[in-house]
Amino acid sequence: MRPWVVETAGPDALMVRFGETITPKLVPLIRGASDQLRRELGERLYDLIPSYTTLMIVFDPRQLSVEEMAGRVSDVLQYLEATEESVGELIEIPVWYDLSVGPDLERVARYNRLSVEQVIEQHSAVEYHVFAIGFAPGFAYMGEAPQALATPRLDTPRPAVPVGSVALADRQTAVYPIETPGGWNLIGRTPVNMFDRERAALCPVSAGDRVRFAPISRAEYLAQGGRLPPASWQERGGAR
Amino acid sequence: MSVCGLRVIKPGPLTLLQDRGRFGYQHLGLSPGGAADEHAFLWANRLLGNASNAPALEITLGGLSLAVERSLQIALTGADLRASVNGRSLKPWRTHTLAAGDRLQFGYASDGVRGYLAVRGGFEVALCFGSVATVTREKMGGLDGVGSPLQAGDELACPEMGLVAERSVPSRFIPDYRQPLTLRLMASEHKGWFSAAALERLYRSEYRLSPRSDRMGARLEGEAVESLVGGIVSEPVPFGAVQVPPDGVPIVLLKDRQTIGGYPKLGTVHPLDAFALAQRQPGCPIRFAPVTVENCAEQYNEFQGFMDGVRVS
Repeated sequence: MRPWVVETAGPDALMVRFGETITPKLVPLIRGASDQLRRELGERLYDLIPSYTTLMIVFDPRQLSVEEMAGRVSDVLQYLEATEESVGELIEIPVWYDLSVGPDLERVARYNRLSVEQVIEQHSAVEYHVFAIGFAPGFAYMGEAPQALATPRLDTPRPAVPVGSVALADRQTAVYPIETPGGWNLIGRTPVNMFDRERAALCPVSAGDRVRFAPISRAEYLAQGGRLPPASWQERGGAR
Repeated sequence: MSVCGLRVIKPGPLTLLQDRGRFGYQHLGLSPGGAADEHAFLWANRLLGNASNAPALEITLGGLSLAVERSLQIALTGADLRASVNGRSLKPWRTHTLAAGDRLQFGYASDGVRGYLAVRGGFEVALCFGSVATVTREKMGGLDGVGSPLQAGDELACPEMGLVAERSVPSRFIPDYRQPLTLRLMASEHKGWFSAAALERLYRSEYRLSPRSDRMGARLEGEAVESLVGGIVSEPVPFGAVQVPPDGVPIVLLKDRQTIGGYPKLGTVHPLDAFALAQRQPGCPIRFAPVTVENCAEQYNEFQGFMDGVRVS
């Protein structure tokens, strides 16, 4: 049996569904499907949007009807299981884990009965999959964090999370690419620009890539272009 | 060659440069954006013989005031915003020729929400990721490329082009935005989110458009539709998707929607109805009716072909 179904999502959109629950196992499958479809049907597609368990295809219905496109998609994906696993690139993101930029480090530690050092060690020990990019330009949903770090979102979201904040919610982790309201636990900050308009690729990661967080010192953070928060932000516990 | 054609004296509550949207960046989280009511937007360009995607102004509710810097031809479509030039009123759904020194002013919408102003040849604006579509939340597009709405003092460049014969939209194509609206729905093929009974209840209910609606989505008020699940694994959302948050009251997602969402979906609204929805004022009665994807696609293709000036075979 095929590991996916194609649903109609509108007169110009199809949804390929690979499963119903979040699992890292689907990440290479969906990345492989996305790469194949882009290669085979690229110029006919307006958008190809991967997420945790799905891949949406937006196209010009005047070139191919919904039924015709569904047929093409099924043809292209026919041998998906047989293809070699597409695992994406491995990207390292440096992080300065510190209370001054990660005001929820202690909350995460307390919730999981760990020390702050253990939280840092565990967060940077595993390889994460990029499940999807959404919510805001360049906001990459990554998982899964070790079960020992799983921490619920804040009861009240912060009105403004600073750019570059490395965050944790349940077993997912992310970096805020722009300043935006947000309810995830902040545990550090990266000097890496997660949405760089000046760069052709725009985002250093794409869905299906793998990510490892590398702890860096304050000096390294500053040397790599990281910015320090205003003193007032720190005093108010990250302006919660 | 382009020179300043129009200078903004007063921007009104929300005037945005728009085209048909930003394609090819949704996988990086960029909302497609674009003209909220593509029907009126496309008519404005068609009247002037422009490319269908030529940048135009989306004037929300009115209040805009412009100085005309040199003679040019414009088209007004969409909501009747009581436009006038030097005190003489201008009818929407037709072209007008303006002279240097004229003052183009908009009052406020009597019906509808968004008026469109196109110029012959289209406004000349640098593209931001392939589009001028203004998405303020994401700091994308617009005159400055970082999503700002028009501001007093902004100068809008227009190409120097010959005029076309004055034209107007035949009355049978002009919608009445005061009419109650039925949204034709392509029901979701995912069977696990809503019972057949819940869908039946949706089709029987009458909703009202909530004042909390915006370019991201149209919120409704009325009977709740119970979902079999609280949330779903976040997935991409198409234009016109009808999502149901835990309170059970549907939201129709429009042009500035987020790229992925975690609420179960009843289905997708016919795009032509979603455009019409963007012109309804709060309180307007809204109903749902089923449509097949084949029916919807046929009509949508015909509409797009007509607006692109391509004969549909």
